[in-house]
Amino acid sequence: MESVFYTLQDFMLHSKNITYIVMGIVLIALPLFWRFLSGRDEKKRTY
Amino acid sequence: MSHDTTRDNKLFTPFNVITGIIILVGLVLTVLRFTKGLGAVTNLDDNNPWGLWIGFDLLCGVALAAGGYVTSAACYIFGLKRYHSAVRPAILTAFLGYALVVFALNYDVGRPLRLPYPIFLSPGTTSLLYEVGLCVFLYLMVLFIEYSPAALEWLGLSKIRNIIVRLTLVLTIFGVVLSTLHQSSLGALFMIAPSKLHPLWYSGYLPVYFFISSIFAGMSMVIFEGSLAHRYLHHKMDETHLKESEGVALGFAKAAAFVMMGYVGIKVIGLAIDNNWHYLATGWGAWFLVELIGFVALPALAYALAARERNLRLARWAAAWSVLGLVLNRLNISLVAFNWHLPSAQRYFPSWMEIAISVFIVTVGIVVYRFIATHMPILYEHPDYRTDH
Amino acid sequence: MGVTRRKFLGWVGAAAGTIVMKGKNASAATNKHFEGYPGSFGVLHDTTRCIGCRKCEQACNVVNELPAPDKAFDDLAVLEEKRRTSGDTYTVVNRFEQDQGRLPTFVKTQCNHCLEPACASVCFVKAFSKDKTGAVTYDASLCVGCRYCMVACPFNIPAYEYDEAFTPRVMKCTLCKPRIEKGQLPGCVESCPKEALTFGPRTQLIKEARRRIDRFPDRYVDHVYGETEMGGTSWLYLSGQPFGEIGMREDLGITPAPSLTAGPLAAVPIVVGLWPVLLTGIWAISRRKDQLADQERIAAVAATTADANEEMQVKLAELKDKMSKEKEAAINLEVKKALEEAAKQAEAENEDAVDTPKEEK
Repeated sequence: MESVFYTLQDFMLHSKNITYIVMGIVLIALPLFWRFLSGRDEKKRTY
Repeated sequence: MSHDTTRDNKLFTPFNVITGIIILVGLVLTVLRFTKGLGAVTNLDDNNPWGLWIGFDLLCGVALAAGGYVTSAACYIFGLKRYHSAVRPAILTAFLGYALVVFALNYDVGRPLRLPYPIFLSPGTTSLLYEVGLCVFLYLMVLFIEYSPAALEWLGLSKIRNIIVRLTLVLTIFGVVLSTLHQSSLGALFMIAPSKLHPLWYSGYLPVYFFISSIFAGMSMVIFEGSLAHRYLHHKMDETHLKESEGVALGFAKAAAFVMMGYVGIKVIGLAIDNNWHYLATGWGAWFLVELIGFVALPALAYALAARERNLRLARWAAAWSVLGLVLNRLNISLVAFNWHLPSAQRYFPSWMEIAISVFIVTVGIVVYRFIATHMPILYEHPDYRTDH
Repeated sequence: MGVTRRKFLGWVGAAAGTIVMKGKNASAATNKHFEGYPGSFGVLHDTTRCIGCRKCEQACNVVNELPAPDKAFDDLAVLEEKRRTSGDTYTVVNRFEQDQGRLPTFVKTQCNHCLEPACASVCFVKAFSKDKTGAVTYDASLCVGCRYCMVACPFNIPAYEYDEAFTPRVMKCTLCKPRIEKGQLPGCVESCPKEALTFGPRTQLIKEARRRIDRFPDRYVDHVYGETEMGGTSWLYLSGQPFGEIGMREDLGITPAPSLTAGPLAAVPIVVGLWPVLLTGIWAISRRKDQLADQERIAAVAATTADANEEMQVKLAELKDKMSKEKEAAINLEVKKALEEAAKQAEAENEDAVDTPKEEK
């Protein structure tokens, strides 16, 4: 995806596009990691 | 008394008559708006592209619906169980608030059928409005899911209801993330126009100001609506709700007082950072101080007194006052201090039709809220689903 | 008709631009300094040459097939009022009176085709785009009609078709992109009788503007408007009086529009990355505190119960002790009594025996 950016606008469009995708990945990956992290905790009792 | 007259009385209550007229007028104006265009209904022009529907319906609507994320965060993230009975009313307000914001947006944009375009067709990711749109879209879905257990309990669909209730924490956290983003981004929208917004209101801190003010705006709305609900829907409230309500109001009063004073502090810091003190000596400066002192600092003091003396009535007055202050701030930024350079002949004031449609939209919200709160377990717990906390 | 200098510059520019663009190579670069599309075009508007004839307005109207105006283009009475672009007007000429004895200044206003357009930065459907020709284009097929571009434009150029009920569009100058791609001049430039408008590569136009200022320092204010304003625009202006006096804002600064919102935009992903961690952490700590408080409470209750039990046991033991002691004491007492009784008996019997010894013989 290497290319010359002639304007700041073009650069920001490109970088923000990628950033939003990364945000989506983070929002999915973090809860999954949390579940892994708490995997061996005592189960919370729910009567 | 004949049977017929008592039936008529039930239908033509003052509430029903007034809201009925407003809704009728609103429907007529709606037809006008969509058959004759924006020019036929609004006072918008090429110098003033954003008017009352953006300044009030969008900006104020989103800020005042913030009680949803604040209350659910207090209860579920910070573990303050005594706010539990306030969560459902706050979530309902937020859900209806955001739904009405989207509804109002359909009136304001030129091609409402294209509203899905930025999300699904051509995302303009350099735009803060894209970010606002995406977050509002996602948050509306989150709010709907958070609200749904009340409807599901009413419908008796307990299996789905139980699944959704298990998602509460994740939804609450996601809701706070989304709210932080779009509340602040609504402020950031105006950062693109430093040449059009008066220096006392233009600041690099606009996103922070909008986010922080949404916190105490949400708390104030919870207190304010609680006072309305107590007056008109008292019979729908269960014991827990009635027992907790004073604690909720006074607790939020104390919190709001503190946050509001912090807000005053960062506003002053904003003045210092940009060295804008000299503007305070102008007419605009006086108006700025009216907004900051008269409608933030003073209600904050009222809240503080109310919290110290455990004065519920004072807390409720302070809440109404704070809500007015938030509306003043958003209108100042979008309509009053915006385009301050323009000669008065070119300034904008909403047409009666714009005002009427805004009133219509708020009325629809109140009517729907009333229906849901009187039929579904919002102000009381459904007997089959007593929570153990 | 000979080739005018304006036209010649125009042709040279078009040729040079095309060559440069064809020869563009995509070299890897993560550059943070942006100079715009090389060879992109602009227009130099020399307001000292403009006579306010409005032929440019007319040409624009014709080329873009815009509706006929209420007042004809040769009606110069129109210049008595200040006008701005509108839903059916891409460009306007305004008149600015000067001091006594001096001719008024005329200024043509239209989209400045900024190097870093604010409209493109804020459009949430990418309806605006900076083209390599220099034109900032508008795609009406994407536009949702939110009008944020109108809020953002520091020059107040985009106008809206508020009276269109079903398909309203944003309206603004297109730099006649279809024409310049064909090597033609924009409609307004071609129609100007006084060479107040010169089309060519932007870099060349700036040089030309500087040349004019150097050669006629008394005629021009020493500033090329649009060279740095808002990060630079494709339309450049020369003036004989301060730009503030001819309706052009001098307080816009040189920061390009996208930079104005770069800060908040950068904060968005940080919130997404950190808030979930922070909030989950607060929840976990709060829950742990509650759990520990519960445990302490249970332990305290258990401890008090245990203490109470212990106390009970001690008391019981003491009681037992006391009881057995009392019992023992009671037994001892009885034994003592019995012994005393027995002793008394024995004594009494002894006395009897002493008293009756003769009877026994």
